[in-house]
Amino acid sequence: MHKPDMTVELAGIKLRNPVMTASGTFGYGAEFAAHLDLESIGALVTKGLSLRPKAGNPTPRIVETPGGMLNAIGLQNVGIDAFITEKLPYLAKVDTPVIANLYGNTLEEYGEVASRLDALSGVAGVEVNISCPNVKQGGIVFGTDPAAAQEVVRLVRRNTKKPMIVKLSPNVTDVVAMAKACADAGADALSLINTLTGMAIDLDRRRPVLANVTGGLSGPAIKPVALRMVWQVARAVKLPLIGIGGIMNGRDALEFMLAGASAVQVGTASFLDPGAAQRIAAEMEQYLVDHKIASVASLIGALEV
Amino acid sequence: MQFKSMVVSNVEVSPGYFRMRMTAPKELEKTLPGQFLMLKVSESIDPLLRRPFGFFDVGVLPAEYAGGADQTYAEILFKVVGKGTKMLSTLHHGDLVDLLAPLGKSFNPGPAGEEKLLVGGGIGLAPLYYLAKELVAKGEKVRLFAGGRNRDDILCITEFERLGVETYVSTDDGTLGESGLVTEVLDRHLAPGKRIFACGPTPMLRAVAIMAERHQVPCQVSMEAYMACGVGACLGCVLPGAAHTEETPDYRCVCKDGPVFDSFELKWS
Repeated sequence: MHKPDMTVELAGIKLRNPVMTASGTFGYGAEFAAHLDLESIGALVTKGLSLRPKAGNPTPRIVETPGGMLNAIGLQNVGIDAFITEKLPYLAKVDTPVIANLYGNTLEEYGEVASRLDALSGVAGVEVNISCPNVKQGGIVFGTDPAAAQEVVRLVRRNTKKPMIVKLSPNVTDVVAMAKACADAGADALSLINTLTGMAIDLDRRRPVLANVTGGLSGPAIKPVALRMVWQVARAVKLPLIGIGGIMNGRDALEFMLAGASAVQVGTASFLDPGAAQRIAAEMEQYLVDHKIASVASLIGALEV
Repeated sequence: MQFKSMVVSNVEVSPGYFRMRMTAPKELEKTLPGQFLMLKVSESIDPLLRRPFGFFDVGVLPAEYAGGADQTYAEILFKVVGKGTKMLSTLHHGDLVDLLAPLGKSFNPGPAGEEKLLVGGGIGLAPLYYLAKELVAKGEKVRLFAGGRNRDDILCITEFERLGVETYVSTDDGTLGESGLVTEVLDRHLAPGKRIFACGPTPMLRAVAIMAERHQVPCQVSMEAYMACGVGACLGCVLPGAAHTEETPDYRCVCKDGPVFDSFELKWS
């Protein structure tokens, strides 16, 4: 049998395979060059970028939980200027689409970061993190209110012509309502899910384990929730979806595609296996060979209910 | 590099403390003292993450004793503190683990002829043995200051003594060596022309760093932190650098910028 066709298209970006790296789990790419071939993956998503460098939260910032981990890094990043001068030149030499993840502390910052990124030829697209507190409006998270999310997405849309992915938070009552709001505001694709808010307690010290008290849960523990949300959103909106949540192997990734995702992001898996993204792409291809499936795109939304 | 490794031996050297030897590829012989490995104890998703361990030793079992071919090995010393280390303590000869190594920055041995002062608190002794071995091989004068709460926390002292290292032991409760803190013993030996290499609980390292500055003795510390990846991506293991403020953030990754730091690089207050 011929090699299966692993390519997928995402909002105009051609991916050699559906495996992307999740923001915040792959640094700025160079950190992983010793552990995998950066040109073997579909796309690379950077750590979330803000207008100015961000210190992040005090430590402890991470703790392991059964089947997963909580993190409260606090969006530490080098800021847009240092990204352009220090990180992007390296990425420009890598023949893999680079998606810049962005966020703002205020609405205006979202617009400004988006417009700075729009000018960069080395950036194939942007992914908007709307799971941040709106500092100006009492810290309510943009991504948990459809109207606030819509406002952010519209603003970013006005500031970029690049393909725009919006990353959805699972910490909402109705993820479909959020997805529809973002689609109406001009998103080209949706990625889901971001981490689930959780916490861990040290019984003996009677204290929270994380300095930030709460953190975002990721890893295999959240995969069932993520699959359900991808499936729900896929039935409600027409945009291409990127499935994220506890993907550890090729089978996990293909399950997300059946649920309706056109691509996937590998996050926590890269922490315990820095070569995970490349391995998962290879495992997906092997599954297609074993089951005589000619094209991975044929599996998108192919779930039989 | 990432590789599978076979457990050769796993011995409880003191209550709750284990010394484990694993096979390693030849490339690991280039490991420098102070570097560390990330170990995945099982293929299961619980525990999910790797655990970081300093190299207690790296060596080669010669062909005539290893079944016809040289066998590189690596050793770690660990304390059972949670689920991962509990599982690790049950492994025995023939079991397989997955390693990512060598990682991080090593100790800088400094110029020849200085007296090298090694300071270890409890399990902090782990990376100091491999360092002592290298320093002794270079002909350096090495002293070890080992501290713990009680005698059970004083690990593998005879191994250091066999190298010819002069050892000074202190325990909080006086069950072994001097009664008191390891830093009190160290303080009496500090003088210009010496160099400190310390690993242990953060309060001990802070005391050593302050003491070293007062005596104008160069001091390197090996830090410990929760970490998920070991390669500088998760940003879970950061420590504030000396000039860190909220407005001008200067966080250092223990995994990539460390685990060994010059004590003046870090913020101790």
